[in-house]
Amino acid sequence: MLEISNLHARAGDRDILKGLDLAVRAGEVHAIMGPNGSGKSTLAHVLAGRPGYTVTEGSVLYRGRDLLALAPEQRAREGVFLAFQYPVEIPGVSNVYFLKAALNAIRAHRGESELDAVEFLSLVGEKAKDVEIDEELVKRSVNEGFSGGEKKRNEIFQMAVLEPTLAILDETDSGLDIDALRIVAEGVNRLRAKERAMVVVTHYQRLLNYIVPDFVHVLVEGRIVRSGGKEMAFELDEKGYSWLEKEPVTSGARP
Amino acid sequence: MSAVAVEKDVYRLAFDRLFDPGETGWLRERRTAAISRFVEKGFPGPRDEAWRHTPIGPLTRNRWEPAAPSAPPAAEALAALAPPEMSGLRAVLAGGRLVPELSRLDGGRGVEVQGLASALRSRPDELEPHLGRIAGDDANAFSELNTAFAVDGVVITVEPGAVLEDPLHVIHVAAPDEGSAVLSCPRLLVVAGRGSQCRVVETYLGPSGAPHLTSAVTEVVVGDNASVDHYKLQREDPGAFHVATLAARLGRDARFADRSFTLGAAIGRNDIDVRFEGEGGECRLDGLFVVDGERLSDTHSRVDHARPHCSSHEHYKGVLDGRARGVFHGVVVVRPGAQKTDASQMNRNLLLSREALVHSTPQLEILADDVKCRHGSTTGQLDPAALFYLRSRGIGETEARSLLTWAFASDIVLGLPVPALRETLTGYLRRLLPGSAILGEAVA
Repeated sequence: MLEISNLHARAGDRDILKGLDLAVRAGEVHAIMGPNGSGKSTLAHVLAGRPGYTVTEGSVLYRGRDLLALAPEQRAREGVFLAFQYPVEIPGVSNVYFLKAALNAIRAHRGESELDAVEFLSLVGEKAKDVEIDEELVKRSVNEGFSGGEKKRNEIFQMAVLEPTLAILDETDSGLDIDALRIVAEGVNRLRAKERAMVVVTHYQRLLNYIVPDFVHVLVEGRIVRSGGKEMAFELDEKGYSWLEKEPVTSGARP
Repeated sequence: MSAVAVEKDVYRLAFDRLFDPGETGWLRERRTAAISRFVEKGFPGPRDEAWRHTPIGPLTRNRWEPAAPSAPPAAEALAALAPPEMSGLRAVLAGGRLVPELSRLDGGRGVEVQGLASALRSRPDELEPHLGRIAGDDANAFSELNTAFAVDGVVITVEPGAVLEDPLHVIHVAAPDEGSAVLSCPRLLVVAGRGSQCRVVETYLGPSGAPHLTSAVTEVVVGDNASVDHYKLQREDPGAFHVATLAARLGRDARFADRSFTLGAAIGRNDIDVRFEGEGGECRLDGLFVVDGERLSDTHSRVDHARPHCSSHEHYKGVLDGRARGVFHGVVVVRPGAQKTDASQMNRNLLLSREALVHSTPQLEILADDVKCRHGSTTGQLDPAALFYLRSRGIGETEARSLLTWAFASDIVLGLPVPALRETLTGYLRRLLPGSAILGEAVA
């Protein structure tokens, strides 16, 4: 589903990704771990198409197509979803109706009919219940006045409504207490499906107790230096990352 | 003799031509004084502090002829321009003159809506304390022109204690005169008696065509414990010039609110002047201007806290595209002894292009020591993070920009308690914003 080869990217004049390889197949959950500044969030942003990053080398194929050639909204309509590390507050824009516009844009792209207000609101009710988010909250302005946990839950709620093919979660666990973490993880697990893939970017091994990945990759200085199964996450938690930073890059990202 | 002096003589000659020997004495004096001051000062230029950021060269290059009495605009033409739903009373002015056939002046309870020319004939003594007095102090050149040349207009008198349910509409249509550069001087006087309550909606419309200058003056007297809500929608032709003064005087415990929407005109200037003349007054000034191309919108507000225990709150927003210019200059004066004044001023501007420009200068002049005053100003572009967030969910860039622009501008529109005005503005803004089909529901 996703094939990243020798990806080099920079933000402003700083090189951040320096030859990253990663292959993700449908049905898989991949965890990307790594120390601060290793390029985890840059990877997530480059995949979603955030302006401000320049890809200088390498390629990203998504379902066989050049992902980097697509505008952010085209990526979304093709099924890519980014759960933001820092969800944006947008005063004056209704969370639930902007989501309706988004869902209908995606459906139109797929050649499906638009959902009307009744169908959409019943979907909202169902998904809000799933992620234990107050239905009144999701009708307010996008993320405005939401607590940190509510913002993250809103991301998972949006993901549940949009049902992406490739979900990228950028440190969705950061700053969450254990209850919120459990809700977020359940939301993610509910979406696991054989036709869907997920890339879970995290700083902490704790999340992986709840979202059990198929593969764990360690990102250091813009490259994946080690890949393994879920056990590797525990090893990392014990030893930290420093012992890996000196290691030569293992060949190939796939274990 | 300089070119500028020749220009001013043109206005003196036009004034002498319009001389009406039957006009009441005090009015004649005020008009003569006004034209003399105008001829002495001329149009403002870049050296005038209040016009420093408002280049009006394109306006002053024309030789304006006061609108002649002319055929009223066709009812169909007006219907196309005017707000769709208008119940209640309305006065329609063309080129500053009342058009009785299109107006509905009779049948109000507790209110009299009358043409100014007619009121000056039938009850000049009642107008003498107000007309030209409210907007008299430190009037600018355009206000002087209006005083000199306003042969007609509208007078709204609300009886003490009367509470008017329906808003009163005053619709100004630029004179449909082809060829010469026409000056219209519409004048509105609102006198709200003690304890009364009313809403007045002024709409300025203009057909395209000949160069046009509207120099409008609105004077409002809010009696003790009375309440006046004034709304102004300016959507003149994009090539027209519109300069207006709104002056309000508030009695004890009086309440006044102005909501102003500037959508049209090449140059649109609003001078708003509010003075508290009794304790306990309350004033709200809100505005939205939307300009693009090479157009300019300027709001100068002055709130004079001459008495203690009064509150004033201002919130002006601007949306600018292309090479448009915006000016906001707001002054709140708190006089010595005006204790317990509560005043705020806020100006927020959204620039949709790199070439658009805003000069924003909120000012406080505080001469009392027990007051609560604050002011602020922000000017910025659409938040790139918000734009990306919307796009990352599948919303197109154009739609996302429209959605964020609408979210910025819409709160003042959606809160309007006059449905006809709210719908007109909503429709106008939607047409302005591309891909706006998604806007309908998506605003919180």
